Formats: sequence, C-alpha cells, structure tokens
Amino acid sequence: MRQTVRYLRRGSVVSLEGIDPNLTLLDHLRIDCRATGTKEGCNEGDCGACTVVLARRRGDDLVYMPVNACILLAGQVDGAEVITVDDLADGGALHPVQQAMVDHHASQCGFCTPGIVMSLFALYQDGARPVERQAIVDQLAGNLCRCTGYRPIIDAAKAACAGRPADRFCAGREARLAALAEISDSEDVFLGTEARFFAAPASLESLIALYAAHPDARLVAGATDVGLWLTKKLDDIPKLIWLGRVAGLDAIVHGDGGLVIGATVTLDQAAPALGALDPDLGEVMRRFGSTQVRSSGTVGGNIANGSPIGDLAPCLIALDSTMTLRSLAGERRMPLADFFIGYGRQNRAAGEVLTAVTVPALVEGQHFRAFKVSKRFDEDISAVMGAFRIAVADGRITGARVAFGGMAATPKRAAATERCLLGARIDDPATWEGAIDMLGSDYQPLDDMRASAAYRLATARALLEKALFEIGAAPSTLTRIIGHREARP
Amino acid sequence: MSSAIGRPLPHDSARRHVSGAASYVDDIPEPAGTLHMALGLSPKAAGRITRLDVSAVRAAPGVVSVLTAGDVPGANECSPSIGGDPVLAGAAVSFHGQAVFAVIAETRLAARKAARLGVIDIEAAAPLVTVDAAMAAGETVLPDYAFRRGDAAAIVKAGGPVVAGELRIGGQEHFYLEGQAALAVPGEDGDVFIHSSTQYPNEVQHIVAHVLGVSQHQVTVHCRRMGGGFGGKESQASQWAALAALGAHATGRPCKLRLDRDDDFTLTGKRHDFLVRYATAHDASGVIAGHDVTFNARCGYSADLSQGVIDRTMFHADNAYYLPDVTIATRRLKTNTVSNTAFRGFGGPQGMLAIERVMDHIAQTGGVDPLDVRKANFYAAGRDVTPYGQTVSDCVTLLPLVEQLERDCDYRARRDALAEFNCSSPILRKGIALTPVKFGISFTLMHLNQAGALVHVYADGSVMLNHSGTEMGQGLNRKVAQVVAEVFGLDVEAVAITASATDKVPNGGPTAASAGSDLNGMAARNAAKTIRDRMAAVVAGMFGVSAEDVTFAGGSAWAKGRSVPFRELAKRCWLERVSLSATGFYKTPDIHWDREAAHGRPFFYFAYGAACSEVVVDTMTGEMKVTRVDILHDCGKSLNPAIDIGQIEGGFVQGMGWLTTEELVFDGEGRLRTHAPATYKIPVASDVPEHFSVTLYEGGPLPDTIYQSKAVGEPPVMLALSVFSAIGDAIASLRPGMPVALDAPATPEAIMRAVSGMRI
Repeated sequence: MRQTVRYLRRGSVVSLEGIDPNLTLLDHLRIDCRATGTKEGCNEGDCGACTVVLARRRGDDLVYMPVNACILLAGQVDGAEVITVDDLADGGALHPVQQAMVDHHASQCGFCTPGIVMSLFALYQDGARPVERQAIVDQLAGNLCRCTGYRPIIDAAKAACAGRPADRFCAGREARLAALAEISDSEDVFLGTEARFFAAPASLESLIALYAAHPDARLVAGATDVGLWLTKKLDDIPKLIWLGRVAGLDAIVHGDGGLVIGATVTLDQAAPALGALDPDLGEVMRRFGSTQVRSSGTVGGNIANGSPIGDLAPCLIALDSTMTLRSLAGERRMPLADFFIGYGRQNRAAGEVLTAVTVPALVEGQHFRAFKVSKRFDEDISAVMGAFRIAVADGRITGARVAFGGMAATPKRAAATERCLLGARIDDPATWEGAIDMLGSDYQPLDDMRASAAYRLATARALLEKALFEIGAAPSTLTRIIGHREARP
Repeated sequence: MSSAIGRPLPHDSARRHVSGAASYVDDIPEPAGTLHMALGLSPKAAGRITRLDVSAVRAAPGVVSVLTAGDVPGANECSPSIGGDPVLAGAAVSFHGQAVFAVIAETRLAARKAARLGVIDIEAAAPLVTVDAAMAAGETVLPDYAFRRGDAAAIVKAGGPVVAGELRIGGQEHFYLEGQAALAVPGEDGDVFIHSSTQYPNEVQHIVAHVLGVSQHQVTVHCRRMGGGFGGKESQASQWAALAALGAHATGRPCKLRLDRDDDFTLTGKRHDFLVRYATAHDASGVIAGHDVTFNARCGYSADLSQGVIDRTMFHADNAYYLPDVTIATRRLKTNTVSNTAFRGFGGPQGMLAIERVMDHIAQTGGVDPLDVRKANFYAAGRDVTPYGQTVSDCVTLLPLVEQLERDCDYRARRDALAEFNCSSPILRKGIALTPVKFGISFTLMHLNQAGALVHVYADGSVMLNHSGTEMGQGLNRKVAQVVAEVFGLDVEAVAITASATDKVPNGGPTAASAGSDLNGMAARNAAKTIRDRMAAVVAGMFGVSAEDVTFAGGSAWAKGRSVPFRELAKRCWLERVSLSATGFYKTPDIHWDREAAHGRPFFYFAYGAACSEVVVDTMTGEMKVTRVDILHDCGKSLNPAIDIGQIEGGFVQGMGWLTTEELVFDGEGRLRTHAPATYKIPVASDVPEHFSVTLYEGGPLPDTIYQSKAVGEPPVMLALSVFSAIGDAIASLRPGMPVALDAPATPEAIMRAVSGMRI
C-alpha cells in the first residue's frame, strides 16, 4: 500500500500526501504550485484553456496525452509526467510550437494560448508526419479561441509539425522513461482515511474488495463527468476510487467475433479499433468530445455513467454489445440494451464494477450507419444520435437494430420501428416509409436547449431514412455534409 | 532600420502568451491574506425579496463575511448610464441569477460552496422573458426613437412591388476566455487599488468610488491585459470590481472576485436580440424606393448601454445602401433578463443583418442575383446622404471594392457551378453570398471621443508608454508603441508597454467603438512629439542648427549630417534639466450629433469591407458547413497588417458564430439554459473553412487619422452576414421565387424551419 501520489514534473518526482480527494489538477497547479501559465476558462472541460500534457509509459512507448486539468483529479496523475506550458521553453528559447505560434500571429488575447500550445505540443510529439489539416483541427476541437478565427493557429501547427519532432523532450526521452519507470509500481494507492479517501487499487481483486467494503464510494475512470460534479455541482465526494491503476482493465482484445474493450480503455485508445469495425463508428469517435476528453475518458465510463445523450451507447446497442460486470459475488454479463433502466439509473448492483464491453463485429449482410446531429459538428453534445444495424438479404431487410440517443431518458432501441422494417425492400422507400413513421410511437423526446421535441423526432426520421438510402446504395456524398464513407481509404 | 509603421510586428505579448508568462488578474501573486468572494444568486426572475437568510452561509467553513445590499456604504448602483443596476439586489429582483449577496471566504471553493447555502425567499411575479412578451406588455427601458426621411409608409402602400417580412435575430454571449475578475487591495484611509479585467478602467474607478462613497482620487484601477473583452468588459466589469472593493472595505483584507463561467454567463449582459419587421418598396430593378423598418430590441431589465447600442442599430440599418424614403423605428424593450450590453459591433450587426435580409428578399422574389440588387442600391454620388443626414463622402470605396472581390473570388462562375450542383442534389444544397460592410467610426456619445497618453523617456533612452486604451488581444498596445517608436525613430522594442492605469492617465474613455488606435495612437503621438520637440531643441543647441532641422530615425537624432544616439541625447537632456515626460491628448475633430433632431455628422469616417461565403446545407437535418470564404477589407494604411488581418479573421469567425451555432436559450421562467460552453457553442477550428482568404484593400480615400490607418476592431464581424445570406441562398434553391424565412442563429433547427417553410 502506497500512501502518496507520485508524478514527475521538470525532471523531479513530486510526492503528494494528504491531498483532498476532490482536489483537481488545475487547482493543484495554479494554487499549490503557483504554476499560473495554465488557465481556467470554463472549469468544465470544454474550452481547453487548462490543457496540460500527461506523458505516460505505454509498453516501451512514451505517449503524450493532452488533458483538461480542470476536471482531472490531482490523484489521477499518479505515475505520469505532468508537462505544462510553463515547462516548454528551454531557457530563453521557445519550444518550436511556441515559436511557430509567435511567428504566425496565432495569439491575440493570449488566454486560450497556453492550452492551444499544449494541445499542439502533444500533436508535435505524436510524431506522425505529415500532419494533415484535418488532424490539426481534430486535435484543436477541444480548444476554444474567441479572438483569432483559428487560421493562424492552424498555420502555426503546420509549420511546427513540418519536420520530425526534435526538441529537448525527445532528447531526454530515455531519461524520462527511466524516471517514469522509477515511480511506477504495482502497489495499491490509498490516501486519506476510511471516511475520506482517494484510492487507486492496482489489481481487480483489490478493487473488488475495496468497493465491497465501500459500496458508497464513487468509481471514476477518466473523471470527465465526475470532474464536473465537483467543479459545477460543487458536490463533496468523500470516497473516490480511481480505476486507472487497475491492471488488466486497459486492454483491447480482438477476437473472431469482435472486440472486448476493457473498462479503462480510453476513448482515444478505442477509437482505431472501433473505427475498424465500421467507418461511421470511426467518425463518431472522431467527433466524440475532444482530444482532451478522449485522452481521459473511457469507454467503460461513458457507458457506466448512463447518460441519456452519450454518443457511444446508441452505437454499441445497435451493434448488440454486451457488458461484463464483476463483484465479490462473481461475474455476470448482460446485453448493453438492458443496462439502462431510467434517467440516471443503471442495472448495476452495489459493489459491482463494469470490467469490459464486448462489441460484435458486423457479419456478412449487416450494414451499420451512425449519425450525430448537433449545433456544432465538433465537441458538442448531440441533439439526436442515431445508430442502425440493418441486415439485408436478397434485397430485403432481415434484421434491424435501431437505437437513438437524445430521444428518451436513456439511450433506447426503437422496438416498433425495428419490427416494421423487417421484410421491407431496401431499394424501395415505399416499403419502409411506414416503419419510419413508427419512430413517433417509439419515442416521445423532450424540448431542451439543444433542440425541440418536434425537431428531434423529425431528425430521427431523417437519419433513419438516410441510413436506408445509403444502405440501398446512395453514395454518402449525396446524403451528408461531413464524414463521407467513400472518402476514407 | 525601417519605419515602425506598417510593419507586421507580432503582438506585444506574443512570447509571453505562448509561454504562459502573460499575467491576467487571477495570475497576479495574491497579497498575503487575500480573501475570495462568490455570489448568491436570485432563484427567480422577478419579484420582491421577502426573506434573505444568510445564517447558514455565515456558518459555513472558511467564511469570513457576507455582504448584502445594506452593507454598501455609498450608492448601491453600478449603472454606466441612467441607473437601475444595483450592485446587490435589495428589495426586489429583476432577473434570474441576479446577485443578491456576496460571500467572502478564505478560499474560492469555500466561498462558492457557502454561496449556495443562502435562503432567498421571493414573492415571485410573472417574468417578462421574450421580446414578444415585452412588446405585448409595452414595457421599455428607454423611450421609443426613430429616424424619418420622407414618407416610407406611403411609398410602401403606393402599389408598387413591396417585400415585407419579419426576422428574428438572436443575441450572443461574449465568451471572452478569461471570465470577469477583479482583485481589490485596501490602502490607507479608505483608498483602494484594483486590478480589473476591464475595457474601461476610468468607469470602474468612478463606479467604485461612488459605491464606496469616496472620492475618485482614492480609487486606482489597473489593467495590464484582458483575456478577451469584445464589449463584455465595457460596462460589465464594474460590478465585480465594486464588489471586490466592498469586500476589501468590509474586511480590511485584499479580496478577489472571479466569476465561475456559469455565473459569468448568468450575470453579464449579451448582444441584444431583436424582432425586426420591415416593409420595403422597390422598383423593377430592385432599387429601394421606401423602407419602413421597426427594430424591437430586448434590452433586459435595465438601460445599461442600450441607448447607444440601439441607436447604432439605427445608424447601420442602411448598411451600404441608400434609402430614399425611410423610417427606422426602434423599441427598447424591458424584460426580466440580464441587461444586454455592448458587443463588438454595438447594435450595428443587427441593423445591417436586417437590410441584408431585405436585399435577399427582393432578389429571391424577383429572381435576380442578390449581388446585383445590392450593387444597384449602393450609396453613390447624388445618393449619398444617410437617413440621419450625414453625407457618406467616402462611399466611392464601395463599388470598386465589391467588384474587385467579385472578380477575385470568381463569384459569377461559382454561382453558375452551384446552381448546377443544386439541380442534381436533392438533399444537399449549396449557397453563396457576397455582402458589403460600411461601418461608422466614432462614439455616437460625443464625449467618449477623447483619449490621453503619458510618455516618459528615461535617462538611458528607454521609453515608457501609457495611454487610456486597454489591451484585450486586439494589439492596441503594439500599435500605439509603433506610433511612439516612429516619433522617436526608435526600434519598437525600445518602447515599454505598461498597464492601463487611472493614476497615470485619468478620465479616458472605454476601449471600444473600434476607436482604440485612432484615439490613443493620436494622443500618444502628441505626447511623444512634445518630448521630441524638447529633445530637438537640445540637439539644435549641440549642433548649432535650428530645431526644425532635427530628425529622429534609426535610433539617433540627426541634423545636417551629424547625429547623436538617442540614448546619449536622453542623458544630455537630463543633465540639461529638460523634462522628458509629457502627456498627450486627442479628441476626434469634425463630428457632431443632435439626437433630438436625429441629424448630424456622428462619424469621422466609415470603414468598408466585403466578404463572399459559400455554404452547403443538409435539407434533411439542417446541418450546415461553411466551405469557402473570401474577404477584402479596407484598413486604410494599416499600422500593422498582421494585427489587422487577425482582427478581420477573428471578427468574421465571431460573427459567423453569432449567426450559426451560438444560441442563447432562456426558458419560460427566465432561466438561461445555455450558460456554459457545454451548451453554448462558439466556433471551433473545424468550423473555419480551409479556403479562408483575407486581403487588405488598397486605393480607397484615406481619412485624417493616425498615419491614415482605419479602424478595424468591429467592422469585420459584419463580414459574416455573408454566411447567413449564403445559407438563405442554399435554401432558396428549393423553391425559386419564394423568399426564405430564416431566423438567426441558423442552427440546424432554424434551418429546418426555413426549409419547411419552402415546402408548404
């Protein structure tokens, strides 16, 4: 048992003892460390002004992850190197990313700039070259700038990432990997008392035992949602169990029938594997939150928090995914569609932990489509998220799983619509138009700030119609503005 | 060394921005004992406070004190205009989320948590929330006001072609990345020193003095920089500074108030939203004969800056077009919502959007290209007097500028290509629009057109510059430093830029109305010239020449082939007991405005530009993407083209956000439901098209301004009207001949409403 959180910054190990379990990384940096280069813009993980980079060992590799420090718990940096905007310049010499930002007039008020520099620093270190414009704007989706209009920032990113990464972080790579190895161990971490603690168990057994002893504890994986309970609802969460150190939960297993995604696999790690199942799933992941959110947030967390508007759940329900839950009583599996009981309520027993999600691959004759409609394409919560798996044989629909987010209190299948679709001819809209009308009986969506109920229902219909058009051979260049399936390699 | 003027120098703080070394209010090291504040907010939008119980707040961990309206020693008032804005609500509340009490605690988190423990009982009244509700109730914050020339109503009724319609225009949250913040440090005998994130340090000083009941000389306000302002820190910064000062006054300790983002959204005013109704008569070629328009503006619960804002809507209800017989009427409606305020463009964008809608409406019903309708209506010789009586003497810029853009962006060929695309694309439709901008430069409140500066030359030749403007990212400090460097013939790095400070330059105006460099550049030049003349006299004595023969360039003073390095000259002046410090002052000449007569010459000159935007619209979902933008903009002789292009690009994208993704949603109870970036969506990098071309226009008439540059802060916002018109153009393709009833912002849902309208 280790009673400190240890991280690396500026070449030194920092040990935190006795920190409050609710302390965020941003407050730790700005208030405790007086490292004020990192800014608080929104305090909810949406603007990116607080972006810092965590460098972690992953196998033999060193990965650089931009994260929103405002909604990350300080304890979650255990085992990582924390790099902030204050740390990049080498004496008087700016880092190449910083210099490019100056050269391209990419800052005006300068308040978003530290976060943008850090997002681009992660892109710079990523090493993939050449860096396409799309990769740059994807990297910046979680960094709001209100002054520049982004053009000079994109130009700065292109210039900074024109060559191979070659900075002092690259030069010191081996030493830093060694330093990270020094602070990595397989000890359970526990800070605090039985009544108030931050815990990071290192094994599934420790986790299950700890959770059984404290069923009132809050499990966090990425904290991209729980972080806001602290910063916005101002909840006090006395008992926090972070899953990030649990060995074995962070693996993706590729089997014959599909994927088994461990509960702490980040959205960023899962994206390529999901995208390989279907390009639309890749596009959902590209637009999911932001780079910072995908670096912290996990597949398991996105499902387990049971949000009615999570983008992944409708997709995984349409794909007939199952989840694995574990407790002292043993392991059980259930279809994901049965997990969501009602608004904010899930079918999870006390002491039970989600350990994995199994996503079946598409088989011959099955087609998948997913559409997300939001006010803004990137980094927005969907007004309507539709996901469809349609099986077609001999021109007729032989199977249909239709799931929507944003249409009910939970991500939900459209049972009546699915039944009516069976037997329709995919190339004859007259045979499935009636099924689309059934969406009105499957869903009674609500009005809110994202969209009206009427718009949601009309859009749900439009999305299913588009999916059927496309499966019936319409090229997606005729049916959508972005995310064209044909454009992908 | 080349001249400092006209060079694309980086922002003065660029290196500090990118390295995290640029300091904002919350980054300033806190003096020992600093306390933190948070606010208790009204749970209702309207009503009488029947009970305020803060006992649980006082008892909460870390709480030092709680302030309510009764604790204000001076006036409980932070209005920038006619009053009505309490620092803390007393007997009644006027909008949901209004500040009712302030908690002072040892930490910010303790203050925020304690603030939620207050009990505010309110005998609630039914709130007026929408423009429509306020119109029905007839409630206003200011009297109705109109410009009239001729008899527009009669011409509309005369029987010729008329377009008539209604346009809803949404508001906009500033979303400066740095939220509102102030740190107040108590001094001796009731003095207070305030770091404030404000565009108007002078007004913060005056209001704080008023609230504390002390003289203005007891209050000092500094602002080194803001993390964005956009008008949202013109009048809106005062309240937080006043509260921090009250906290410092009450506890004797430094107090900081930095609003959490959600509170910032809830508590601060926004761009005004409007319901516009128009009826416009035109001839067969689309030339307007009579235009009758009414702007119904939601001002919120108090007047704030609404007089100036809505007046500027009227001043820009013509945009670039001559309106022969015209009535521009306005209603300044009172609602139980936060008081709307200045926002880049200051009402102008809404006025211009309405007349651009009229242009599109005429074109859509007439089956002609909207650009041709626009050009036919431009101000031109003989048709060059605005509805308020000012001759647009520089309007000769308009047509050549627009025609240059039309050629350069290949407007006509692209128009044909997208018509062809639309014929074969049932779901996705493309649209294009080229719209002009004409924007009046000067404050229409005449006394604000003044600025001061203070320049010191030290004995080592280094220069310190201070002026009444503030830096919010727009590069003002760099531009003014370029001016001073030019006067002294120095490298711009020799001029140190310091915080805006009410104890260095008093009685300045706000940094607003795009006038920052025009006003402060001139004031600083005047100050620098005063010192330069004194130094020239010393050189004259040294070289035995006349002072008129002395020039300053390349880091030296020169006369008749001899020179002395500036640093040596400075030392010499000091030794000779010559003052090397001077103030400078400037007021805009040749402007006047008689509001009662609705007549005058309120603008020193007009800024011009034009933009062409192309979009693609999904007519099944209402999703939209801007695919290409070309801009041509007139900055006169740009002081700094890199900074000016930055203003143009940034202004355009901010305007695009206002008209597309940024939607403010209030519920029936008057609660703002979009109060954070999770729900309020400003543009991100992917919303900006890869083809985003900005060119500075050359060849227009040049005003008598600082080195003949033209103001550039606000005008580019209105370049984004082209995006809105292009969306309408795409929708219009669904049913040629039918006008498009698209409201702003053009969210997917708003686009689908307009699409549905075409299918009836």
